[in-house]
Amino acid sequence: MSDPAITATNSNQSASINGDTQSMARPFIAIGQTVTDFFAWFGELGVFSWRVLRATFTPPFEGREFLRQLDEIGSKSFPLVALAGAAVGAVLSMEARSSLTRFGAKSLLPSAIVYSVIQEMGPIITGLVVSGRVGAGIGAELASMKVTEQIDAIEASAINPYRLLATTRILACILMLPLLTLAADGCGVLMGWLTQTVIEPVSLRQFIDRGFSGATFNDFLPPTFKTAVFGLIVGLIACFQGMRTRGGAEGVGRAATNSVVLSSLFVILADVVLVKFILVVFP
Amino acid sequence: MATTNDVMIRPIAGENGADPTVLSVEDVHKSFGMHKVLNGISLRICRAETLAVLGRSGTGKSVLLRLIIGLEQPDSGSICIQGKDLATLSLDQMGEVRLKMGFLFQHAALYDSLTVAQNVAFPLQHHRRDMSKSDRQDRVEQLLAEVGMEKASQKMPSDISGGMQKRVGLARALALSPEILLLDEPTAGLDPISSGEIDELVLKLQKEHQMASIVVTHDLHSAKTISNRLALLDKGKVVIEGTFEELKQSNIGFVKDFLKQT
Repeated sequence: MSDPAITATNSNQSASINGDTQSMARPFIAIGQTVTDFFAWFGELGVFSWRVLRATFTPPFEGREFLRQLDEIGSKSFPLVALAGAAVGAVLSMEARSSLTRFGAKSLLPSAIVYSVIQEMGPIITGLVVSGRVGAGIGAELASMKVTEQIDAIEASAINPYRLLATTRILACILMLPLLTLAADGCGVLMGWLTQTVIEPVSLRQFIDRGFSGATFNDFLPPTFKTAVFGLIVGLIACFQGMRTRGGAEGVGRAATNSVVLSSLFVILADVVLVKFILVVFP
Repeated sequence: MATTNDVMIRPIAGENGADPTVLSVEDVHKSFGMHKVLNGISLRICRAETLAVLGRSGTGKSVLLRLIIGLEQPDSGSICIQGKDLATLSLDQMGEVRLKMGFLFQHAALYDSLTVAQNVAFPLQHHRRDMSKSDRQDRVEQLLAEVGMEKASQKMPSDISGGMQKRVGLARALALSPEILLLDEPTAGLDPISSGEIDELVLKLQKEHQMASIVVTHDLHSAKTISNRLALLDKGKVVIEGTFEELKQSNIGFVKDFLKQT
């Protein structure tokens, strides 16, 4: 017959070993879960994109909602984008002036401002500003519709919610981003000139002539049109995050935050890839 | 009276011997993860008939309606609307079937960026594109008058009470003149007077439009008032189906308890 004291000790040791094993396995389980969630997210995004694509090319087309989104995403983002572009132009003008003066290349200041603003700063600033304003707006709006069953009500009325809600918003983002970028570029260059004029007066015509001397369409069109890809990213991710929301107010907040964070992240990553692509295709 | 031991499907002969069944649910199972919600449920409903589905919270009553309208897919079993099995339908065909159904959501699910009138006009704008603007306006006014909401047509959903939202939801569900009406907790969260008004409204609309209806509810009084038959669910199954009198005479413990508690 076994000694009860020894049995109790063995049992305690066994429990302790099990507990140790569990606590040792916990980080690996957490990592496994994160990896699974990561791939599940991309899988769901793929399915969502396919549904949106199919809805985009099948009638009926939601013209009225599309026009409403053009106004919501385009016109209403204009002041913020213009302000951001102007601020970038002013800062660039001040920073570039001091650097170029140090290297005796002050005459290159207009070109430095124009090229910097139009080739990189304007597009990326527009992409990030729109991902903040529009990404959060779309994410929160669709998430709120999801948790209050409004999206289910649309589907129950035999209306394709992907066509009505996602396609219209994504297409509006794709179309409006290049136009907003042009606005940001214009404000950036104008503010760059104004800042320089305050320190050392120069006419706008002279500034523009010097800034654009030797420039070709290849220098400016690809960077402007790459923002259509930013629009696709912002629209797609915001709609996806909004329409997959679960839970109540907390879910809506999470969807808005994730829309901004993820779309900004993907805009930055896409910019790196697109800059390399443009340099290769339009040398 | 039918019980779980005695399958509850009871076809009712229609005029000229035609099958009057408009909706049938056969042995449907549905789980969410490890949680089994519906466990082999079968129901049948005929033209101009109202079936009330009762049961405790979490027994899958609302899930049943979501399966019927196609917002969820069953794990197994079949759901047929006017003889068409939903599982075999394409997206377009599913859309056509949905046009024959009106759905009143538990919290009305009105579009909060649209006015009351725009909410009711919404299905008409999308599915009756040939309808002139004035005809559409007339139809919206007529629907709002039917549910007693004509004076609130320009209000936003956030500016009206829960009971009024349900009335508007009902008007929207009726916009395309559906043949089947699905009502998810039409009286939940309402005071007894508003509940009574909604019940009367549903009865009046059923009489006028001759639709088949499924009403999911906790409210036994409401179920008794507006339905021809009642089905009591427990653990994802129909425990009993029949008239209120048949339920009252049942010897099943759960049925007795449910009737006693409610």
